[in-house]
Amino acid sequence: MFNYGYFSFDSKEALLEKAAEYWNPGKVSFWKDAGTPMVIDRREGYYLHDMSGKRLIDLHLNGGTYNFGHRHRELVDVLKSGLDYFDMGNHWFPSVARAAFAEKLVKTAPHMKYAVFGAGGAEAVEIAIKTARYATKRKKIISIIKGYHGHSGLSVATGDERFTKIFLADRPDEFIQVPFNDADALERELKKGDVAAFIIETIPATYGFPLPHDGYLKTCQDLCHKYGAKFISDEVQTGLMRTGVMWGWQGYGLTPDIFVCGKGLGGGIYPISACLVNEECGQWQIEDGAAHISTSGGSELGCLVGHHVIEMLQRPEVVSNIDFVANFFAQSMAEMMARHSDIFCGVRQRGVVLGLEFDHPEGAVAVSRALYENGVWAIFSSLDKRVLQFKPGVVKDVDLCQEIMDRFDAAMPRARQLLKTSRRIA
Amino acid sequence: MDGGALLSVPDRDLSAARMKVSRAAWAAKYYRTFDHDAVLRIAEAVAKAGNEKAADYADWAVRETGYGVVEHKTIKNRLCTHDLLDYYRDLDLTAPRVDHDRKIIEIPKPAGVVFALAPVTNPVATVYYKAMLAILSRNAIVLSPHPFAKACSADAARHLAAAAEAAGAPSGLIQCVEEPSVPLVKDIMASDKINVIMATGGNAMVRAAYSSGNPALGVGSGNAVAYVDPSANVDAAAKCLVDSKSFDNAILCTNESIVLTLEENRGNVERALRTAGAHICNDADTDRLRDYLWTGKGFNTEAIGKSATWIADKAGIRVNPATRILVPVVPRPGQDDLLFQEKLCPVLTLTAAVDFQQAITFAKHCATRGAGHSAAFHGTDNARLVAYSQAMPVYRVVVNVPCSQGAAGFSTYLPPSFMIGTGYAGRSSVGENVGPQHLVHWTRIAFGRDVPADLDGIDLSGTMHTPAPAPTQPQLQPTASAPAVDKDELRQLILQELRSLRGST
Ligand SMILES: Cc1ncc(COP(=O)(O)O)c(C=O)c1O
Repeated sequence: MFNYGYFSFDSKEALLEKAAEYWNPGKVSFWKDAGTPMVIDRREGYYLHDMSGKRLIDLHLNGGTYNFGHRHRELVDVLKSGLDYFDMGNHWFPSVARAAFAEKLVKTAPHMKYAVFGAGGAEAVEIAIKTARYATKRKKIISIIKGYHGHSGLSVATGDERFTKIFLADRPDEFIQVPFNDADALERELKKGDVAAFIIETIPATYGFPLPHDGYLKTCQDLCHKYGAKFISDEVQTGLMRTGVMWGWQGYGLTPDIFVCGKGLGGGIYPISACLVNEECGQWQIEDGAAHISTSGGSELGCLVGHHVIEMLQRPEVVSNIDFVANFFAQSMAEMMARHSDIFCGVRQRGVVLGLEFDHPEGAVAVSRALYENGVWAIFSSLDKRVLQFKPGVVKDVDLCQEIMDRFDAAMPRARQLLKTSRRIA
Repeated sequence: MDGGALLSVPDRDLSAARMKVSRAAWAAKYYRTFDHDAVLRIAEAVAKAGNEKAADYADWAVRETGYGVVEHKTIKNRLCTHDLLDYYRDLDLTAPRVDHDRKIIEIPKPAGVVFALAPVTNPVATVYYKAMLAILSRNAIVLSPHPFAKACSADAARHLAAAAEAAGAPSGLIQCVEEPSVPLVKDIMASDKINVIMATGGNAMVRAAYSSGNPALGVGSGNAVAYVDPSANVDAAAKCLVDSKSFDNAILCTNESIVLTLEENRGNVERALRTAGAHICNDADTDRLRDYLWTGKGFNTEAIGKSATWIADKAGIRVNPATRILVPVVPRPGQDDLLFQEKLCPVLTLTAAVDFQQAITFAKHCATRGAGHSAAFHGTDNARLVAYSQAMPVYRVVVNVPCSQGAAGFSTYLPPSFMIGTGYAGRSSVGENVGPQHLVHWTRIAFGRDVPADLDGIDLSGTMHTPAPAPTQPQLQPTASAPAVDKDELRQLILQELRSLRGST
């Protein structure tokens, strides 16, 4: 019996039935079929507990949402103290929490001028695209093939057709895609002179974290400026110290005109996202401050939490821990690859963002399942199922990191076995 | 608006301290397999750095705390650098030991993360000392200074940490809490992320360390008795006593609290002490001193670590400006006189017993107040020395030397130490002068007595290694960039790894 006071379920199976009946049958059956039928119940630190009681170490972190782990006690204290004073606030009016948080964010990126708030990443991407269109008076948006920026109207149009066609939301004449790591392809589109912006993640997460070639991102940014387009950096997964610096673009010597962040900005406990814009792009806020409005965007509670998240990420001890975690996994994964070179063929890494390549078109699905069985939750890249997204949090400690590698090693024979059977079926 | 915040803010200092412990655990992971040469290289660099700034920090400590004497604190700081290193240089706590006769191999296992308290009385010497012990034993250390000495302690720790890292130590090996508080210390002491506590400080703190649930090395306070036997060269003994009691204004727990002799010898001792620079109090001075030093709330803390003339002035006693210590006289060795309690200031209570038997009985009782600590014996009567040592509930009896320095290993062959183990008598787990060996346990591989075993054929090289440069982080800036490891680098890493695997088998 799972009695939560407000509702209760007899068993995990009963919950799954209800979830399929009232919520989303497709998702329920998908995870069942994948062999990872997780229903997250309790959670704390970097641990998840499935309703069955099974404990999993979280290396998915919802793309960095749980950068500090689940229900980090300091962040929970911040939110609780906020609830004694604030609520979401009134989005029409200036507010102390919003002003303070906006300042804090802008100070992390001195060439930026304003922070515009949303509640989710896609919303921040909407703001970014609208801002670029306002600033250039052009409509076209370029993104990369297999790029991913969310599921709302404009953001989804930048993405894979799997997510647009089904809703008739593709807009081929306004949204163009070019291959990743191909600056020439980008230039061919920019040359046409009608492009408002190029939007790209510093390291495309959902595509399995392929690393940009040396100079690629800088060239893209320069090309945008050459042809009068804006360069938008999507830092939803690569921001917040996950690549070792506050924003991924900082590590590549970029100065995007606009960048967006979300996910971990709310510490995993209160949704908030932000779009930062430079002075030129931010002019619409002067022309018509209410041109973009969002009731839950920039809620004061979210601002309070976000403010503290940034402060925590700037602490020298956290910065140092990130270096330790990054170094540890660089070394450990190299060892692991040497031990399991028959299936494990590559590591893409920057900071605590890792993509692990397996030598099979669905390799990461099998590895994800094998890890799940060994108490580790890491998700495959939905747009490249050879690659497992492996995303340690910024305050993971040495014992947990070691435990992850021990479990990883133990999971490899099972992964090998799963891959063999799926090869036979294929 | 008034000064108070409208919202409650989580304790920033506490979370910073917790993160320091995590960082230390990372450092310990890499450091625990360093070989002896690498350890000595780091220890050497830290000793050198500490020695260079010994006087500056002594000055800073006196300025910040108001306790002690710069010149003497300098000596104490220095003791914890090269002297300490020389003492332990040949104690190899890194290599496995093979005992062929008993067919036992011992592999050293460092504790991991040491959480160490630094008291206000020795705020820099303790930082030096505990950091050196951690380095020599291949542990990481997080120091927590006394709130009244936090600036000098933390700066000294940073200075040593920089030297250690420059010499190849992992980043985070030596850290110091910047804003200590009692709740913070209790929280960290109870953390399952630390492996051992080195507690020096007030009794309450030491008890808290032992109650934390974590292994602890704690030491209690002292109340050393110096017995001057009639067989002693009384002038030499008096000089020792005055040198010891005036050393750093008696702010070491090893300093003598009471000088005890026999009635027949009391006049000699008084005369010799006076010659050596002591002011012998008459009855009225003794009463003034007692009234000044013990207020309704116990020992008057403003007197701690102050000079004899400063205290005399406050107590209303006229003394010669050259006076180095004050000697109140309690003619009969009774139990209840406050002057027989511990005094961390240059005040040494003189008393005399009717015979040696009474002397021992009294000394024993006094020592129960500083149980397990130290005592001094002046004289040449070795039978009495043994009887005294057997009777006293202490773990050090220093002979014909100043106790302050002697028990801490300055002028004896005792290990140089700022943690004087007070053992079971003093409710501590350790009865010796604490050294790096107390921070290491050993895994013992034991073969059957009657089963043949070729211990020489066992390769133990995998238990330690010459450190790789990987884990050091030269700067701790919020903007530090994390390593980007691309495929080529990874391949290099793999090759290195494979090579080292092959090398070790
Ligand atoms: C890079 C990137 N941008 C945008 C989004 C959309 O964020 P949200 O789901 O909060 O709308 C995501 C979500 O996964 C993302 O990974």
